[in-house]
Amino acid sequence: MVDRPVEYPAVDHEVAYVRTDDAPTLPAPTSEIGVKAWLWKNIFASMADYSSGPRAVASILMTIITVFTAYALIWMIWTMLDFAVFSATFGDPEGLKREACLPNPNGACWPYVQAKWYQFMYGFYPDDQVWRINVLFALLAAGIGWLVFGPSHKGKVAAFMLFGYPLLAYVMLNGMPVEDDGDLGHIFAGIWFPALVAAVLFAGWWLASSGKFGDVGQAFAPALLMGVIVVGIFAVLPLVTMTLDLALGTEVVETNKWGGLTITLVVAIAGIVVSLPAGMLLALGRRSNAPIIRYSSVIFIEVVRGIPLISVLFFASAMLPYFLAPGVDFNKLLRAMIGVMLFASAYMAEVIRGGLQAIPKGQYEGGMSLGLSFWQQMRLIIMPQALTTVIPGIVNTFIGLFKDTTLVLIISIFDLLGILLATLKDPEWATASTAYTGYLVIALIYWIFCFGMSRYSVHMERKLDRSHR
Amino acid sequence: MSSMSEGGTPAGGKSSKERTGLAALVFDAKARSLFFQALLALAILALIWVAIGNAADNLASQNKQFGFDFFDRPSDIQILTTFGTWITGYEAGEHTVFDVFLVGIANTLIVSIVGVIIATLWGFLLGIFRLSPNFVLRSFATIYVELLRNVPLLLQIFFWTAVLRLVAPSERGTYSTLIPGLFQFDAKGIYGPYPILEDGFGLVLITFLIAVAASIGYAKWAKKRQDATGQPSPVALVSAGLIIGLTVVVYLIMGRPMTIEWPNFVSDGPMLRRGFERGIGSYIAPEFMALLLALASYTAAFIAEIVRAGIQAVPKGQSEAAAALGLPAGIAMRKVILPQAFRVIVPPLTSQYLNLTKNSSLAAAIGYPELVAVFAGTTLNQVGAAIEIIAVVILVYLVISLVTSFFMNWFNNRVALVER
Repeated sequence: MVDRPVEYPAVDHEVAYVRTDDAPTLPAPTSEIGVKAWLWKNIFASMADYSSGPRAVASILMTIITVFTAYALIWMIWTMLDFAVFSATFGDPEGLKREACLPNPNGACWPYVQAKWYQFMYGFYPDDQVWRINVLFALLAAGIGWLVFGPSHKGKVAAFMLFGYPLLAYVMLNGMPVEDDGDLGHIFAGIWFPALVAAVLFAGWWLASSGKFGDVGQAFAPALLMGVIVVGIFAVLPLVTMTLDLALGTEVVETNKWGGLTITLVVAIAGIVVSLPAGMLLALGRRSNAPIIRYSSVIFIEVVRGIPLISVLFFASAMLPYFLAPGVDFNKLLRAMIGVMLFASAYMAEVIRGGLQAIPKGQYEGGMSLGLSFWQQMRLIIMPQALTTVIPGIVNTFIGLFKDTTLVLIISIFDLLGILLATLKDPEWATASTAYTGYLVIALIYWIFCFGMSRYSVHMERKLDRSHR
Repeated sequence: MSSMSEGGTPAGGKSSKERTGLAALVFDAKARSLFFQALLALAILALIWVAIGNAADNLASQNKQFGFDFFDRPSDIQILTTFGTWITGYEAGEHTVFDVFLVGIANTLIVSIVGVIIATLWGFLLGIFRLSPNFVLRSFATIYVELLRNVPLLLQIFFWTAVLRLVAPSERGTYSTLIPGLFQFDAKGIYGPYPILEDGFGLVLITFLIAVAASIGYAKWAKKRQDATGQPSPVALVSAGLIIGLTVVVYLIMGRPMTIEWPNFVSDGPMLRRGFERGIGSYIAPEFMALLLALASYTAAFIAEIVRAGIQAVPKGQSEAAAALGLPAGIAMRKVILPQAFRVIVPPLTSQYLNLTKNSSLAAAIGYPELVAVFAGTTLNQVGAAIEIIAVVILVYLVISLVTSFFMNWFNNRVALVER
């Protein structure tokens, strides 16, 4: 408060009790501030009402519940701390393995985590090739960091993370899928056909968009361009891998050697990358006026959402091979990924449909009155708004997807949890506390990822909420 | 420009003149829609055609035939003693594959139903705790929810399995007490009393059902009376009296037509024979307990969040008005806040119930014999009819989903009726 003399109008002094100056500012009453008041308001107030019989009973009940909960809370925190820190074994300088942890059966066995950390992260990936995964991890961290904290160009980074990164990751993780004899002929044999098709499509796109075929050409141009990109990827990928091979000496690492966090992230990212566009298409299909498109979308979405992910995975691992041409067999990880993608797309479709329903009809009509085509309306007007409204829902789906990747261990793929279970069978580290140590570490890794994502969604929710006011 | 608005064509380069021939067809919305639908239908049909053709080839090359005859085959699959084996009386070697299927369904249903009940109660309690002015309760609920929601369920199932193994007495020939005088447990499971029903118990059961029906009728009448006159009735007291009192009286009149079989613990003799005798008393497998604990505690975290959001969606004026009327917090919650919050809560609650049911299939990882584990797992390995078995499993889950959604929609309509 600024101390400034206040000019009061002349006062008739026959009235005895008129103040001529401000009353002094008093400190807040002690019942409102300080530790005591906080404790009173936040803990004891709810158990202090004894004005009538039922209220007294309620207060006493509340006291009992509070004491019990406080005890449970303290017990939980204490048990956790005791296990992870006070009773834990930290080092194994003499390389005793399980012998080092046996004296502390009630504490964590950290040397075990140290010994198995490589497997938790990379599975059975060869030692000398692990830099490839590390580069990808670093790139992923950088990309996510940029998306969260970056100053600008977020759209471009997001586009790279969604489309470029997965391809790069595939190339880096798997290595060159051609024979390792360095014969360029093999590579050429693999790419000449997609390259030819891409070239034909490119010529078609160039002609169509040149204006010689009028509107009809214009109408077909985007589809042709899409074809060029898709087929072009098949033509370019072997070239990239070959370059990598020649420049860096990478070799092919079969997917059965992948494992741990690497596989968890591969499956999760594949699910995320595919489910977003597929979910958009399914959501649009479900709202389409064309009955065949609508019903096929509805049936797909409802059937997949109605069954557990395990049965989708069993479908992909046991039933799908029957439906493929005899002799065609693709690898177990890919089949599991297809299962996860199908599953995530159906859930994503429902989230996005919620966003589409929140768009006022005037937005569509505005788009139409501007003369935009259906896809232009979607790309420029509807989808940007629909997706931003449901960002929290999308992130929640991602969190669910990330947790659900653990299920691939049931069809014997060694994801983070699967590799933990595998290392627990190692007799060299069999102690009473090994399993709990492993569960704690793995739970913490999952928790960090999921909690981080959920915080991001809360942050976005707040940000969007503000923009609507 | 009139031609453009009539044709509904997008404004391309040549919007000013009427299109003819191919161009008219390409830009006609109806023709386009028909074309793409036909394309999609063709693609789907082709996919199905190719898939069926391949399946036929593959089955033929493996000398297998498509069909559901395997259901009638005798099954020698050993199944853990659970609700399913109890209710079907399943014995390996004496029953068919169809009975295995039934055991799986029964086990899925029992763990889902019990799980849903526990998760609902625990979740509502946690949700209310999260909004409590009491710091201890609030922080407990927050920590619980943030911890359990962000860790994969499968990991939690393994964790609970390990915890149950830890608390069970490891030494053979010893046991611990769960509820004094009723339930004991050792490493192999929980053992308790088993009621053997005798003649005349049917009448007790009928009495019980009548009492329940009467209490429901009384509750409806009491609500009507309170709505009309404002006079409350002791519904809880009367219902409890009716249900417990009447049943006990008839039970006593019929001469106690039930004996209790207690589990028999063998503490001496050869080491391998020590422990609870199999088949005497009631038995709960640790796999069931681990799955139930994991499912219920995990789903409760999600339900707590739904309940919290539902309560927060009720305008603050409602609780202030309740306080102004002098209603104590408990009654205000029960009579004013929750009924309104229910409208927001029920739809997402339904999907949580469905999630719990679907998640019960994770039991495949710990060997609890529910539908996926025992049918899509063990039976599939023995019988080998992959297409048929997985199709049946998918069908069963779809039926469960449909029935649950149907029931919850009915409930939702009832709650939503309050709205004008």
